[in-house]
Amino acid sequence: MVSSVFLSSFPILLPDPGLIFWASLIFLAVYFFLGRVALKPIQKALKKREDDIQASLDEAKKAREEMSNLKAENEELLRQAQEERAAILKEAKETKENIIAEARDKAKEEAQRIVTNAKEEIENKRLEVITSVKNQLGLLAIDIAEKLTRNELKGNKEQETLANTLIDEIKFN
Amino acid sequence: MVNLETTYKEVVLSTMNRVFLTSIFLLIFSLLNTAIWASDSDDAKDGKKEEYDPVGTVVEHIADANEFHIWKGVHMPLPCILYAPGSGWTFFMTNKLDHGHTAVDRYVLNHGRVNRIADDSFPMGEVHIEGVEHVEEHHTDENGEEVIEEVAYAVYHDQKYKLEHASKWDGGVLGGGVTSFYDFSITKVVFTMLLAAVLLCWVFFLVARGYKRNDGKAPKGIQSFIEPIFIFMRDEVTIPMIGEKHYERFQPFIMTLFFFILFCNLLGLIPFFPGSANVTGNIAITLVLAVFTFIVTNINGNKHYWEHIFWMPGIPAWVKLILTPVEVLSLIIKPFSLMIRLFANISAGHIIILSFVGLIFLFGNMGENFGGATIGVLLGGVFTAFMNLIELLVAFIQAFVFAILSASYIGAAVEDAHHGDEAHAH
Repeated sequence: MVSSVFLSSFPILLPDPGLIFWASLIFLAVYFFLGRVALKPIQKALKKREDDIQASLDEAKKAREEMSNLKAENEELLRQAQEERAAILKEAKETKENIIAEARDKAKEEAQRIVTNAKEEIENKRLEVITSVKNQLGLLAIDIAEKLTRNELKGNKEQETLANTLIDEIKFN
Repeated sequence: MVNLETTYKEVVLSTMNRVFLTSIFLLIFSLLNTAIWASDSDDAKDGKKEEYDPVGTVVEHIADANEFHIWKGVHMPLPCILYAPGSGWTFFMTNKLDHGHTAVDRYVLNHGRVNRIADDSFPMGEVHIEGVEHVEEHHTDENGEEVIEEVAYAVYHDQKYKLEHASKWDGGVLGGGVTSFYDFSITKVVFTMLLAAVLLCWVFFLVARGYKRNDGKAPKGIQSFIEPIFIFMRDEVTIPMIGEKHYERFQPFIMTLFFFILFCNLLGLIPFFPGSANVTGNIAITLVLAVFTFIVTNINGNKHYWEHIFWMPGIPAWVKLILTPVEVLSLIIKPFSLMIRLFANISAGHIIILSFVGLIFLFGNMGENFGGATIGVLLGGVFTAFMNLIELLVAFIQAFVFAILSASYIGAAVEDAHHGDEAHAH
C-alpha cells in the first residue's frame, strides 16, 4: 500500500520516452563521432607505437647479438692469427735449423770432397812422379844400355860385370 | 645513474604532493557541497514555514526537471518540446511558465516538471493561473487496499483543474503510464548528457590530436592522462573479454559506453550548476545503454552462440528442455541486470549523500535550532565528505562494470566454437 505510493512518487524508476529518445540520440552521436574521430585513430596509433617499440627492441636485441657474434668472430680471428704466427715462427725456426744443418752437411761434404780430391791429386802427382822417374830410369837404362853396347865392343867379361852392376843399381833404385 | 635517481625521487615526491593536495581539495570540496545543498534546500516555498520533508527533498533532487536549479531562486530555463496527441507540438522555454503561475497551451510547471491540464475546457495559449495545489487523495485499489495518491491541481478562476504527468513507458505498473502528452524537452538530465557528450568529444578530440602531433614521440598533456585508462580498458576489458580476434571491432562501442557513463557519473558528483544531475541514476538512461548492449550482442551472435542458447550441445535432451527456456530468459536478464545495477548504484549514492545533507535540517529543525544545525553540519559534512570519496570510486567502478559485462556478453556472442565441444559431447 505505502510502497505503491512511494514508487509512484519515485520518478527516476519510470522510463520517460523523451529521455529514452534523447539518450539514444546522444549516445549514438557520441559513438559515431568518437569512433570516427578519436577511438579508432587512438587505437591505431597505440598499436602502431607498440609495434614500433617491439620492432626497436627486437632490432636492438638483434644488433646486440650481432655485436657479440662479431666480437666472438674477432676473437676467433685473433686466436687463429696468433696460432698461425706461432706456426709460422715454428716453421721458420725449423727451416732455419734445416738450412743450417744442410749447410753444415754440405760444407762437410765439400771438405771431404776437397780432401779426397787433394788426396787423389797427390796420388796422381805421385804416380806421375813415379812414372816420370820410371821414364827417366828407362831413359837412363837406355843410356846405360847404349854405353854397355858401346863397351861390348871391348870384352865380354867386363861387359857382363857392367851389366850386372847396372841391373843391381836399377833394382836398388 | 645519480641523476636518474634524483629525477625518480622528485617524481615520487611531486606525485605524493599532488595526491595530498587532491585529497585536501576533495575534503574542502565535499564540505562545500554540504553547505551548497543546505542552502539549496532552504528554499522554502512562498515564505511559508513548511515542515522539512526529507524523502520529498531527496526525490526532487534525484529526479529529472524541466529547469535547472542553480541557486536560491535562480533557475536556468530549458527548452520544452512537448507533444500532445490531438493538439500537436508545442515549443517554449520554461521561464514562460513562471514557476507554476502561467499556463502555456494547458502546460503548467509543477515541482520543476511540465504537467498538462487534460481538461478541454481550459483555455489554450498563455493564461495566468493562481497556482498549483497539492492534495492527498485516498481511494481504494482493486485489492480493496487504501491507496494515498498525491494529486496536483492548477487553480484558475477559483476552479481546480487536475494536472497530468508526462507519459511514462512503465505500462502503468509503477504509477506512470501513458497520459495525454509526451515530454521530449531538453530536461536537466538531457542537458547534462549533452554536456557530458560535448566534454567527451572535446577531450577525445584533443587526445586524438595529440596522437597525430606527437607521432613517434612520448604522449603529452591530456593524452598522457587518458592513455593509461584507455590501455587499461583495452588490456583488462576488451582483449580478455572479447578476444584478440574480434576486440578491435567492438572496442569503440565498449570505450564509448565506459567513458560516457564515467563522464555522466562524475558530472553527477559535482554539487553545483553544470553538474549534480542524476543521469545514470535514471532508469531511462540505463535502459537505453543496456538495450544498445543487447542489440550489439545479439546482431553479432554467431551460430555457435545461438546453438548454445536454443540447443545446448553436450547434454541430455531432457536437460535441454529445461535449459533452453533459462538461456532464452538470460538474453533479457543480462541487459536487465546491467540496467538495474547502474541505476541502483548511482541513485543510491545520490540518495545517501542527500540524506546526510538532510541531517542538518533534521537536527537543526529547519534552521530554528542553531546548535542542532551546527552538529548537523559537522556530522553531515564528515559523512558527506566520506560518501563523496566513495562515490568517486563508485563512478569509476560502475562505468567499468557496465563496460566489462557488456564486453563479456559480446565476447560470448562472437566466440568461436571450441574443438573441445565435440569431445565433451559424449
